[in-house]
Amino acid sequence: MNIGILLKEGPYNHQAADTAYKFAEAAIKKGHTIDAVFFYNDGVINATKLMDPPQDDRHIASRWAHLCQEHGVQMLACIAAAKRRGINDDVLIDCGTITGLGNLTDIAIRNDRLITFGD
Amino acid sequence: MEEIESESCDDEIVKKIMHVMRAAPHGTIYTYEGLEMILIMAAYDQDISVAFIDDGVYALKKGQNTEGIEMKGFAKTFGALDGYDVEKLYVDQISLEERGLTEDDLVVDVEILSSAEIGKLMTEQDVVVHH
Repeated sequence: MNIGILLKEGPYNHQAADTAYKFAEAAIKKGHTIDAVFFYNDGVINATKLMDPPQDDRHIASRWAHLCQEHGVQMLACIAAAKRRGINDDVLIDCGTITGLGNLTDIAIRNDRLITFGD
Repeated sequence: MEEIESESCDDEIVKKIMHVMRAAPHGTIYTYEGLEMILIMAAYDQDISVAFIDDGVYALKKGQNTEGIEMKGFAKTFGALDGYDVEKLYVDQISLEERGLTEDDLVVDVEILSSAEIGKLMTEQDVVVHH
């Protein structure tokens, strides 16, 4: 199955980012394809490489970069949401892209499922 | 001939996409950024609908004044969604009643449905995005 993910919450404050990542990992392991992770609302904060959590904690931005580099999952941050929250190309995770909501629409159209994580 | 027709249909997939507004219009950004998403998706010729449930019904309430909180009001934009070919607006009846509202309190004509009816519509969608 081809799956798109929409993530609407920021990292650490909310478990949605962790659940979305675990879901993507498990789906890939089962042979599904994750087409893209689209960050919206505070979810765009997942896309900054500036986050620097304590060493004994998971590094959420690195997880997304890993998913992109190892499994070709696109990491997309909504430009309007990103601009509001100070996320731009200078701080973007490796392999991330800032894009428009039209791209999310295409993801919704071309995949078998669009799965939303967040409140 | 039939095959050619079905091929051309494949090129133009129309998906049923429902947006579910659940939060009050102010207090969090979910409703406003949800509206921004609806406006963009509306340009893609998909079968878009919007369901208003729980505090989401307040997004459509007449007479909102956001001056005091220094935020942009956007009830009027919800009222103008038909101009973007988003005409399927569903409001959960019990959510309205619980908040002492009636259809007359809303900025736009909507279809008022029971929770079960909205639930059934959700099962018919290809995509449901909550806000």
